[in-house]
Amino acid sequence: MNDTYELRMGEAHIEVHKFRGGAIVMATILAVLLQTAVPVHFPKFAILDLPLLLTIYFGLSRRNPSTGLLLGMTIGLLQDSLSGPTVPIGLYGIAKTIIGYLASSIGARLDTEHPIARFALTVIFFGVHQGIVMLTRRLLLAQPEPWFTVHLAIGAAVNAVVGVFLFMLLDKLRKN
Amino acid sequence: MVAIPSRHKSLFLLIGVVVLQVLFLAIQIRRDSQGRLIRVWTVGAVTPFQRAGSSGVGGIRGIWNHYFALQNASRDNEHLRAENAELKLQLNELQNKAEEADRLAKLLNFKQSHNSVPMLGARVIAASADSATQTIYLDRGEHDGIRRNMGVITPDGVVGKISETYPNTSQVLLLTDRDSGVGAMLVESHIQSPVGGVGEPLLAMKYVANDDTVAIGQHVVTSGMDRIFPRDLPVGTVAQIKDGNPFKQIRLKPAANLESLEDVIVLLSLQPLDLTKSESKEASSAARNVAETAKKEPARESKTAKP
Repeated sequence: MNDTYELRMGEAHIEVHKFRGGAIVMATILAVLLQTAVPVHFPKFAILDLPLLLTIYFGLSRRNPSTGLLLGMTIGLLQDSLSGPTVPIGLYGIAKTIIGYLASSIGARLDTEHPIARFALTVIFFGVHQGIVMLTRRLLLAQPEPWFTVHLAIGAAVNAVVGVFLFMLLDKLRKN
Repeated sequence: MVAIPSRHKSLFLLIGVVVLQVLFLAIQIRRDSQGRLIRVWTVGAVTPFQRAGSSGVGGIRGIWNHYFALQNASRDNEHLRAENAELKLQLNELQNKAEEADRLAKLLNFKQSHNSVPMLGARVIAASADSATQTIYLDRGEHDGIRRNMGVITPDGVVGKISETYPNTSQVLLLTDRDSGVGAMLVESHIQSPVGGVGEPLLAMKYVANDDTVAIGQHVVTSGMDRIFPRDLPVGTVAQIKDGNPFKQIRLKPAANLESLEDVIVLLSLQPLDLTKSESKEASSAARNVAETAKKEPARESKTAKP
């Protein structure tokens, strides 16, 4: 009982952010469109995982695990639908559902507004996301994938750096 | 009934949602389906934006390249001059080669076989939403006659094959994807082996024995054995060779520029496209000529031998 009380007291100090009407939907659609359209002209852009960055950001900001996991699931399923034939519907859906839940849960307990915290959390979530995708591929799909590659490490760093700036941009969509 | 504490509700929701998706994954694997309806809806909804976005991003790139990224213009100019000189040499070389009758005949056959193949030009409008798979989307689909497993090429070489079709869009599995493959052979030695992707810019030629001789720079073309691509389309050039066990580890540089595709050609046929028919026709007519000549020769010989 005491734990619950303290936690609730803790949660009371954490600010829950709300966004302007349609901001989450528009940002999600824009992220998925950019993720598919830009690599045609700039192949290196594919290293970014904009849907993941949005899942992390809205999870950390909304701080509601149920909303976070449902948003993560929606974004993941959208990404699955627009991915290659070796990606069954649900692969990224599962990974982003869990990331959405974790981000919202952590957002409800820690201050995640500082750029360094955001950078570190993005690196961690990127790793966890890749871990879940690899685990699903290996266990459920029998698709042998390497656990770690240099490309993934670079991906984590690049996504974290871009994430810090993207999150600042997305902060503008918050209601004052 | 046991009440679920409110703080655990989201955890139960998480478990429920994940289990549902795992079950959906299992159903897709068991029935070998890819959740087609969901994909059709999503692709149908997103395609109009992708078409517009493709033009928009292309425009932005054009402005960037022509107005802001001119610091490399001088270096590019030098590079182009060097390339021009190299191309002139290659042109001379090709002109000399073109004088060879066999080569001409083969080229003619190849061209004729392509003329009979219905083709369709298509624009690349999007790429895969994940970086693990190498796919692109085209602005043409089922309404234009595109079907699964049709070959996709550019004038430079093989691009991949159609992996999924939608009413106005189609998805191409690029040659660089891990699940991609094409029947290929080395031009010089005629060694045949499938070529596939490894998820990297270079391709892999998979089953060439260590005893076989392969050199860097050798050209690889389609063998026609996969019954998707016609023979002799460029696949790539050998870029790396390592001895392996039991096969060599050969990496190829793709002939087509798969990293910046804008326009492609779809081979609108699911029939095997190779030159064997035309070659066999020519061979049979040649054989007929040889037979006729052979028939005439003894007579001429006998005429000359009589006196």
